[in-house]
Amino acid sequence: MSSNSQKKGFGATIWDYLTTVDHKKIAILYLISGGFFFLVGGVEAMMIRIQLMKAGNDFLSAGTYNEVLTMHGTTMIFLAAMPILLAFMNAVSPLQIGARDVAFPFLNSLGFWLFFFGGIFLNLSWFLGGAPDAGWTNYASLALASEGHGIDFYSLGLTISGFGTLIAGINFLVTIINMRAPGMTYMRMPLFTWTTFVASALILLAFPPLTVGIFFMVFDRLFGANFFDVTMGGNTIIWEHFFWIFGHPEVYILILPAFGIFSEIFAIFSRKRLFGYTALVFATILIGFYGFMVWAHHMFTVGLGPTANAVFALATMIIAVPTGIKIFNWLLTIWGGNISFTVPMIYAVAFIPSFVAGGVTGVMQAIAPLDYQLHDSYFIVAHFHYVIVGGVVLAILAGTHLYWPKMFGTMLSEKLGKWTFWFFFIGFHLTFFIQHFLGLMGMPRRVYTFGADQGWDLFNAISSAGALLMAIGVIILLVNVVMTVVKGERVGNDPWGDGRTLEWAIPSPPPFYNFAQTPLVRGLDPYWIEKMEGNKEGMVYAEPLGDIHMPNGSFIPFVISLGMFIAAFGAMYHTDGHAWALPVLIGGLAITFGSMLVRSLKDDLGFHVTKEELIADNERIQREARALEGGKKGGLK
Amino acid sequence: MDLNKRYTPQTWPDHPETATLEGKNKFVGFWLLLAAETVTFASLFATYLALKDKGPSGMEFSASGLFELPLVFAMTMILLTSSLTSVYAMYHMKNHNFKAMQAWLGITVLLGLAFLGLEIYEFNHYVHLGFGYTNSAFSSAFYTLVGTHGAHVVFGLSWFIALMLRNAKRGLNMYNAPKFYLAALYWHFIDVVWVFIFTVVYLMGVIG
Repeated sequence: MSSNSQKKGFGATIWDYLTTVDHKKIAILYLISGGFFFLVGGVEAMMIRIQLMKAGNDFLSAGTYNEVLTMHGTTMIFLAAMPILLAFMNAVSPLQIGARDVAFPFLNSLGFWLFFFGGIFLNLSWFLGGAPDAGWTNYASLALASEGHGIDFYSLGLTISGFGTLIAGINFLVTIINMRAPGMTYMRMPLFTWTTFVASALILLAFPPLTVGIFFMVFDRLFGANFFDVTMGGNTIIWEHFFWIFGHPEVYILILPAFGIFSEIFAIFSRKRLFGYTALVFATILIGFYGFMVWAHHMFTVGLGPTANAVFALATMIIAVPTGIKIFNWLLTIWGGNISFTVPMIYAVAFIPSFVAGGVTGVMQAIAPLDYQLHDSYFIVAHFHYVIVGGVVLAILAGTHLYWPKMFGTMLSEKLGKWTFWFFFIGFHLTFFIQHFLGLMGMPRRVYTFGADQGWDLFNAISSAGALLMAIGVIILLVNVVMTVVKGERVGNDPWGDGRTLEWAIPSPPPFYNFAQTPLVRGLDPYWIEKMEGNKEGMVYAEPLGDIHMPNGSFIPFVISLGMFIAAFGAMYHTDGHAWALPVLIGGLAITFGSMLVRSLKDDLGFHVTKEELIADNERIQREARALEGGKKGGLK
Repeated sequence: MDLNKRYTPQTWPDHPETATLEGKNKFVGFWLLLAAETVTFASLFATYLALKDKGPSGMEFSASGLFELPLVFAMTMILLTSSLTSVYAMYHMKNHNFKAMQAWLGITVLLGLAFLGLEIYEFNHYVHLGFGYTNSAFSSAFYTLVGTHGAHVVFGLSWFIALMLRNAKRGLNMYNAPKFYLAALYWHFIDVVWVFIFTVVYLMGVIG
């Protein structure tokens, strides 16, 4: 096993990333592929807004429009937002608890590759006969009637990537339960780690119902089962239940890590301990708990009856309370702080009113009779874009700026970052605020065009103009990324200058073994405590310098995922009567299970980084740090 | 971890499955996986209950007419016994008695195979009656629930066999002890799920 910092060729770097089990490199893989799918989903969003910018537009046909809107939602939720959040979870939370690595480095890699192949599979539908077209919720009554293989791409692709996400969730849970550094009690864990923990628990319990529902869909469409077919005794509402039993926790899986990122930002850039840390932790747990009890508020109009609707309406009102608690805690963290308006902080401050607006329109849906009026209208589109874009996407953009130096060792430009922010923020409100009114005026969701006599022209034109501003913001961000990579100015451990938690105590990017010595945690915000006490060493350590045990890289996760990818094609084309389909299905599964068997039978004991290597590596790090200080000042001006 | 380190029953830890950090991680991770599996089976049970006896109009099959208890009772007893024998295997694993552990695991595998054979016979019997997978919503839900359990049995058996063959020559060490332990844990889980299937599908089916 070659160790750190040797110059490598391009091929060797690719091989390194294909086989890596290092959580920091897997984070980069998640960020790049999630970022790619974010751009794909963004292009789809622009196509929607171009189609709707004027009445009776013919930019997209009705059928293509259905495909584009389905893929926009599916891509953004499953392939962009979640993976990018998983990138930050991977990059940061093991460091925040002082761990050498995650609990299951091999499974971490497997989780990524499953997500990746699932995402590729889903998007190949564009080139292989048409994308799914039943909406991201894929209601069975629509999906069973959909022709071609679009829905099968959806079902099989999300099955594969769903397994990956489940694995990632288990991995983070075990990492946080078992691998905290000495002194890192649960109530000293940074908020981002807490939200990672609770979001992972939600993944653990929410993804199986989705997988079951999707399997039913696969069996119904490809193998002649009758779960949703009413003429054969099936029940189409079963899909809706499973989808939303998953789907509602899913929005908390997205928003909780976003809350975590903002909690870190508020504390760092207000230079204050988080106000009401304990309340924030318990609010997080409560949101996770209630998240499973509100799913039927997506189904008020199904006709479950007044009792069911009343129960779920009540639960929906209750879940707003812990979220409100969080908002006030953040405001009181800023209050009286020594604030610096860096790019992450601007996003965080902008997040509060945007997200509150989305939250308020959400609680309105708890009033079931009102929901009957607003259901399937643009009001709902406005609502969930306010929480997802105003919450999750702003957190992703803020987190990209905040953690970029920790992941890559360079700093994104603050100036360009502010340009991105203003374009994106103004564009976001311009696009979606007006959609509330379009909804109240009666414009329905998911309809590919509208008439000139309906009076929706102006508001739709404004909404499309806003989308253009958001796109410009994202392009500026890309320019920012390219310029930063080309310049390659290195930064030190704590580039923001006010880091409070353990990840800022080690170099950017950290060495592959993270902490040469496991740190000793003496309270909440452990690095801040050491700084305030004038500790020149950075941290107090819990152990003497010694050999470090590390896991071996492995190509098997890639092969396991590839096998499932191949098998999915076999399952899908099996129904068309191709002779090759069944062998492909069996062959793909054989690859998957065969490589699992190899993994099980072949001993993989990892390797040791010796004390001498650590000392040599530490000297290199010191040398680089001195060079950095001797040169121009890194980080903030 | 040193694979060549020799243990005696005296130096072997009381809980070899959690004696290393890797073991501890696997232990906690596997329990969490079982939580996810529980939700999976809960979803399948809920679907089965919703679709029980539902089919196209004039369907001739119903749970009370189709299921017969004697065979299923025998399957239940076989699987419960196999859970007991896997407990004996783990008892010997904790006492570092490799040969006895392998023997009890071997019996567990044989019992599991017997269960599987009876299940295949049962399914085959229903299919010959005309109760195929595509017959109705009821049949789809039944085969998916019970078949998913059967697939778990196949996986559990393959896991046991792979571990037994792989480690036949080298005996127990701290690297493979957690693996044996988790395979046995998985086997118990399969058994518990079957108890629910026996109750919800067969007993409640026959009674009404």
